[in-house]
Amino acid sequence: MKHIVLFTTLAACLTACGEKPQTMALPRSDAPSYTGVTTGSAGSSAFTAPGWKPGDKTGWEQQLKARQQNSQNDYSRMN
Amino acid sequence: MARMKFVCDAERCIECNGCVTACKNEHEVPWGVNRRRVVTLNDGVPGEKSISVACMHCSDAPCMAVCPVNCFYRTDEGVVLHDKDVCIGCGYCSYACPFGAPQFPSQGTFGVRGKMDKCTFCAGGPEANGSQAEFEKYGRNRLAEGKLPACAEMCSTKALLAGDGDVVADIFRTRVVQRGKGAEVWGWGTAYGSKQAGQPPKTGTPS
Repeated sequence: MKHIVLFTTLAACLTACGEKPQTMALPRSDAPSYTGVTTGSAGSSAFTAPGWKPGDKTGWEQQLKARQQNSQNDYSRMN
Repeated sequence: MARMKFVCDAERCIECNGCVTACKNEHEVPWGVNRRRVVTLNDGVPGEKSISVACMHCSDAPCMAVCPVNCFYRTDEGVVLHDKDVCIGCGYCSYACPFGAPQFPSQGTFGVRGKMDKCTFCAGGPEANGSQAEFEKYGRNRLAEGKLPACAEMCSTKALLAGDGDVVADIFRTRVVQRGKGAEVWGWGTAYGSKQAGQPPKTGTPS
Protein backbone atom coordinates (compact mmCIF):
# COMPACT_ATOMS: atom_id res chain seq x y z
CA MET A 1 0.00 0.00 0.00
CA LYS A 2 2.82 2.32 0.93
CA HIS A 3 4.48 1.71 -2.43
CA ILE A 4 1.32 2.44 -4.35
CA VAL A 5 0.87 5.77 -2.58
CA LEU A 6 4.53 6.63 -3.15
CA PHE A 7 4.44 5.80 -6.87
CA THR A 8 1.17 7.65 -7.34
CA THR A 9 2.60 10.72 -5.64
CA LEU A 10 5.78 10.53 -7.71
CA ALA A 11 3.81 10.10 -10.91
CA ALA A 12 1.63 13.08 -10.02
CA CYS A 13 4.71 15.19 -9.31
CA LEU A 14 6.32 14.21 -12.61
CA THR A 15 3.42 15.54 -14.61
CA ALA A 16 4.76 19.00 -13.86
CA CYS A 17 7.91 18.10 -15.74
CA GLY A 18 6.08 17.70 -19.02
CA GLU A 19 7.41 19.91 -21.78
CA LYS A 20 5.07 21.60 -24.17
CA PRO A 21 6.13 21.70 -27.81
CA GLN A 22 7.65 25.05 -28.75
CA THR A 23 7.51 26.63 -32.16
CA MET A 24 9.58 29.60 -33.17
CA ALA A 25 7.32 32.61 -33.39
CA LEU A 26 8.16 34.52 -36.52
CA PRO A 27 7.42 38.24 -36.73
CA ARG A 28 3.86 38.92 -37.63
CA SER A 29 3.16 40.45 -40.97
CA ASP A 30 2.85 44.20 -41.00
CA ALA A 31 0.31 46.05 -43.10
CA PRO A 32 1.96 48.31 -45.68
CA SER A 33 2.07 51.98 -44.75
CA TYR A 34 0.14 53.10 -47.83
CA THR A 35 -2.95 51.30 -46.55
CA GLY A 36 -3.28 54.00 -43.91
CA VAL A 37 -4.24 53.72 -40.28
CA THR A 38 -6.83 51.41 -38.79
CA THR A 39 -8.19 53.77 -36.18
CA GLY A 40 -10.09 56.16 -38.40
CA SER A 41 -12.58 55.57 -41.17
CA ALA A 42 -11.41 54.28 -44.56
CA GLY A 43 -7.77 54.23 -43.48
CA SER A 44 -7.46 57.85 -42.49
CA SER A 45 -7.75 59.66 -39.20
CA ALA A 46 -7.72 63.27 -38.09
CA PHE A 47 -3.93 63.16 -38.22
CA THR A 48 -3.62 61.80 -41.75
CA ALA A 49 -1.90 64.21 -44.10
CA PRO A 50 -4.04 65.44 -46.98
CA GLY A 51 -3.11 64.83 -50.61
CA TRP A 52 -3.47 61.06 -50.88
CA LYS A 53 -6.01 58.32 -50.42
CA PRO A 54 -5.23 55.37 -48.14
CA GLY A 55 -4.78 52.26 -50.26
CA ASP A 56 -3.38 54.18 -53.23
CA LYS A 57 0.28 53.22 -53.24
CA THR A 58 1.36 55.56 -56.02
CA GLY A 59 -0.50 58.46 -54.45
CA TRP A 60 1.14 57.78 -51.09
CA GLU A 61 4.60 57.69 -52.66
CA GLN A 62 4.02 60.90 -54.59
CA GLN A 63 2.66 62.62 -51.52
CA LEU A 64 5.71 61.62 -49.46
CA LYS A 65 8.09 62.78 -52.19
CA ALA A 66 6.29 66.11 -52.49
CA ARG A 67 6.33 66.51 -48.72
CA GLN A 68 10.05 65.73 -48.70
CA GLN A 69 10.78 68.32 -51.38
CA ASN A 70 8.64 70.97 -49.71
CA SER A 71 9.91 70.45 -46.19
CA GLN A 72 13.55 69.46 -46.66
CA ASN A 73 14.79 70.94 -49.93
CA ASP A 74 15.24 74.61 -49.13
CA TYR A 75 16.95 75.27 -52.48
CA SER A 76 13.75 74.46 -54.33
CA ARG A 77 11.81 76.73 -51.99
CA MET A 78 14.19 79.69 -52.23
CA ASN A 79 14.93 79.66 -55.95
CA MET B 1 9.56 53.73 -54.45
CA ALA B 2 13.20 53.66 -53.50
CA ARG B 3 14.26 52.72 -50.02
CA MET B 4 13.72 54.99 -47.05
CA LYS B 5 16.99 56.45 -45.84
CA PHE B 6 18.43 58.87 -43.30
CA VAL B 7 21.27 61.30 -43.87
CA CYS B 8 22.67 63.92 -41.52
CA ASP B 9 24.39 66.89 -43.10
CA ALA B 10 27.28 67.66 -40.72
CA GLU B 11 27.76 71.09 -42.29
CA ARG B 12 24.31 72.10 -41.12
CA CYS B 13 23.79 70.30 -37.81
CA ILE B 14 24.02 72.81 -34.96
CA GLU B 15 23.63 70.27 -32.15
CA CYS B 16 20.32 71.75 -31.03
CA ASN B 17 18.92 68.30 -30.17
CA GLY B 18 15.59 69.24 -31.71
CA CYS B 19 15.48 65.84 -33.44
CA VAL B 20 16.07 64.05 -30.15
CA THR B 21 13.29 66.01 -28.46
CA ALA B 22 10.90 65.55 -31.38
CA CYS B 23 11.46 61.80 -31.30
CA LYS B 24 11.02 61.46 -27.56
CA ASN B 25 7.88 63.57 -27.61
CA GLU B 26 6.30 61.96 -30.66
CA HIS B 27 6.72 58.42 -29.42
CA GLU B 28 6.63 59.08 -25.67
CA VAL B 29 9.94 57.28 -25.28
CA PRO B 30 10.72 56.58 -21.59
CA TRP B 31 13.63 57.96 -19.62
CA GLY B 32 16.90 56.24 -20.32
CA VAL B 33 15.96 55.31 -23.88
CA ASN B 34 17.19 57.53 -26.70
CA ARG B 35 16.19 56.37 -30.12
CA ARG B 36 18.08 59.31 -31.60
CA ARG B 37 21.16 61.10 -30.29
CA VAL B 38 23.36 63.95 -31.45
CA VAL B 39 27.05 63.11 -31.48
CA THR B 40 29.71 65.82 -31.66
CA LEU B 41 33.15 65.04 -32.98
CA ASN B 42 36.09 67.10 -31.73
CA ASP B 43 33.84 68.85 -29.25
CA GLY B 44 35.16 72.26 -28.28
CA VAL B 45 37.78 72.31 -31.01
CA PRO B 46 37.36 74.79 -33.88
CA GLY B 47 35.75 72.97 -36.77
CA GLU B 48 33.82 70.52 -34.59
CA LYS B 49 31.12 68.55 -36.36
CA SER B 50 27.83 67.24 -35.06
CA ILE B 51 25.68 64.50 -36.48
CA SER B 52 22.35 63.11 -35.48
CA VAL B 53 22.47 59.33 -35.14
CA ALA B 54 19.76 56.70 -34.88
CA CYS B 55 18.94 53.43 -36.59
CA MET B 56 19.89 53.91 -40.24
CA HIS B 57 17.68 51.05 -41.46
CA CYS B 58 20.65 49.42 -43.16
CA SER B 59 20.39 47.64 -46.49
CA ASP B 60 22.11 44.60 -45.02
CA ALA B 61 21.25 45.09 -41.37
CA PRO B 62 23.68 43.37 -38.96
CA CYS B 63 21.04 43.34 -36.23
CA MET B 64 18.83 41.15 -38.39
CA ALA B 65 21.72 38.81 -39.04
CA VAL B 66 22.60 38.22 -35.41
CA CYS B 67 19.15 38.12 -33.80
CA PRO B 68 18.74 34.60 -32.35
CA VAL B 69 14.94 34.76 -32.35
CA ASN B 70 14.52 36.44 -35.75
CA CYS B 71 12.45 39.30 -34.41
CA PHE B 72 13.44 41.75 -37.14
CA TYR B 73 11.73 42.27 -40.45
CA ARG B 74 12.03 44.74 -43.29
CA THR B 75 9.10 46.56 -44.85
CA ASP B 76 8.63 47.11 -48.57
CA GLU B 77 10.10 50.59 -48.15
CA GLY B 78 13.27 49.20 -46.59
CA VAL B 79 12.48 50.18 -43.02
CA VAL B 80 13.97 47.74 -40.50
CA LEU B 81 11.45 47.01 -37.74
CA HIS B 82 11.19 44.46 -34.98
CA ASP B 83 8.55 42.56 -33.07
CA LYS B 84 8.74 43.19 -29.34
CA ASP B 85 6.60 40.14 -28.63
CA VAL B 86 9.37 38.00 -30.07
CA CYS B 87 12.41 39.92 -28.74
CA ILE B 88 14.04 38.31 -25.71
CA GLY B 89 16.25 41.29 -24.86
CA CYS B 90 19.51 39.39 -25.32
CA GLY B 91 21.34 42.47 -26.62
CA TYR B 92 23.14 40.82 -29.54
CA CYS B 93 21.77 43.47 -31.89
CA SER B 94 23.30 46.13 -29.68
CA TYR B 95 26.76 44.63 -30.16
CA ALA B 96 26.25 44.19 -33.91
CA CYS B 97 24.89 47.63 -34.71
CA PRO B 98 27.56 50.08 -35.95
CA PHE B 99 25.39 53.04 -34.94
CA GLY B 100 24.49 52.07 -31.37
CA ALA B 101 20.81 52.17 -32.28
CA PRO B 102 19.30 49.39 -30.13
CA GLN B 103 18.24 50.68 -26.72
CA PHE B 104 17.20 48.69 -23.68
CA PRO B 105 14.94 50.02 -20.94
CA SER B 106 16.38 49.19 -17.54
CA GLN B 107 13.52 50.00 -15.23
CA GLY B 108 12.92 46.41 -14.15
CA THR B 109 13.98 44.87 -10.89
CA PHE B 110 17.77 44.81 -10.43
CA GLY B 111 18.09 46.80 -13.67
CA VAL B 112 17.05 43.80 -15.73
CA ARG B 113 17.28 44.47 -19.44
CA GLY B 114 13.92 44.78 -21.16
CA LYS B 115 12.94 44.33 -24.74
CA MET B 116 14.90 46.22 -27.33
CA ASP B 117 13.66 49.60 -28.49
CA LYS B 118 14.91 51.53 -31.49
CA CYS B 119 14.01 54.06 -34.14
CA THR B 120 11.15 52.81 -36.32
CA PHE B 121 11.45 55.49 -39.01
CA CYS B 122 8.10 56.51 -37.53
CA ALA B 123 6.60 53.35 -39.05
CA GLY B 124 5.40 51.64 -35.88
CA GLY B 125 5.52 47.86 -35.61
CA PRO B 126 3.62 44.72 -36.53
CA GLU B 127 0.46 45.76 -34.71
CA ALA B 128 -2.37 47.37 -36.66
CA ASN B 129 -1.25 50.70 -38.13
CA GLY B 130 -2.09 53.59 -35.86
CA SER B 131 -3.59 51.42 -33.13
CA GLN B 132 -3.17 52.06 -29.42
CA ALA B 133 -1.30 48.75 -29.06
CA GLU B 134 1.18 49.85 -31.70
CA PHE B 135 1.65 53.25 -30.09
CA GLU B 136 2.34 51.80 -26.66
CA LYS B 137 5.03 49.48 -27.98
CA TYR B 138 6.58 51.38 -30.86
CA GLY B 139 5.22 54.91 -30.90
CA ARG B 140 3.39 56.81 -33.60
CA ASN B 141 3.05 55.47 -37.13
CA ARG B 142 3.59 58.62 -39.17
CA LEU B 143 4.31 56.85 -42.44
CA ALA B 144 0.79 55.40 -42.42
CA GLU B 145 -0.45 58.97 -41.97
CA GLY B 146 1.45 60.07 -45.06
CA LYS B 147 4.11 61.89 -43.06
CA LEU B 148 7.87 61.65 -42.77
CA PRO B 149 9.81 60.96 -39.54
CA ALA B 150 9.26 63.65 -36.91
CA CYS B 151 12.99 64.17 -36.32
CA ALA B 152 13.65 65.22 -39.91
CA GLU B 153 10.50 67.29 -40.20
CA MET B 154 11.38 69.15 -36.99
CA CYS B 155 15.02 69.78 -37.91
CA SER B 156 15.36 73.56 -37.94
CA THR B 157 18.41 73.71 -40.22
CA LYS B 158 17.26 70.80 -42.39
CA ALA B 159 20.48 68.98 -41.54
CA LEU B 160 18.65 65.72 -41.03
CA LEU B 161 17.15 64.39 -44.23
CA ALA B 162 14.77 61.44 -44.23
CA GLY B 163 12.59 59.78 -46.80
CA ASP B 164 12.95 58.31 -50.26
CA GLY B 165 16.66 57.59 -50.79
CA ASP B 166 16.70 59.08 -54.29
CA VAL B 167 15.20 62.36 -53.14
CA VAL B 168 17.53 62.48 -50.13
CA ALA B 169 20.52 61.99 -52.41
CA ASP B 170 19.27 64.68 -54.81
CA ILE B 171 18.78 67.23 -52.05
CA PHE B 172 22.18 66.52 -50.54
CA ARG B 173 23.92 66.61 -53.92
CA THR B 174 22.43 70.04 -54.67
CA ARG B 175 23.71 71.35 -51.35
CA VAL B 176 27.23 70.05 -51.88
CA VAL B 177 27.39 71.51 -55.38
CA GLN B 178 26.12 74.87 -54.16
CA ARG B 179 28.48 75.23 -51.23
CA GLY B 180 31.41 73.35 -52.76
CA LYS B 181 32.29 71.36 -49.66
CA GLY B 182 30.94 68.99 -47.04
CA ALA B 183 30.37 65.97 -49.25
CA GLU B 184 31.18 63.55 -46.43
CA VAL B 185 28.09 61.63 -45.45
CA TRP B 186 28.94 59.82 -42.26
CA GLY B 187 27.32 56.44 -42.00
CA TRP B 188 25.96 56.31 -45.55
CA GLY B 189 28.49 53.76 -46.79
CA THR B 190 28.20 51.68 -43.64
CA ALA B 191 24.43 51.57 -43.77
CA TYR B 192 23.62 51.48 -47.46
CA GLY B 193 26.85 50.24 -49.05
CA SER B 194 29.51 52.25 -50.78
CA LYS B 195 31.35 51.78 -54.05
CA GLN B 196 34.55 52.94 -52.38
CA ALA B 197 34.29 50.76 -49.30
CA GLY B 198 36.63 47.79 -49.31
CA GLN B 199 38.21 48.71 -52.64
CA PRO B 200 42.01 48.71 -52.98
CA PRO B 201 43.56 52.16 -53.40
CA LYS B 202 44.08 53.37 -56.94
CA THR B 203 47.52 52.81 -58.47
CA GLY B 204 49.91 55.62 -57.72
CA THR B 205 48.09 56.91 -54.68
CA PRO B 206 50.08 56.90 -51.46
CA SER B 207 49.04 54.13 -49.12
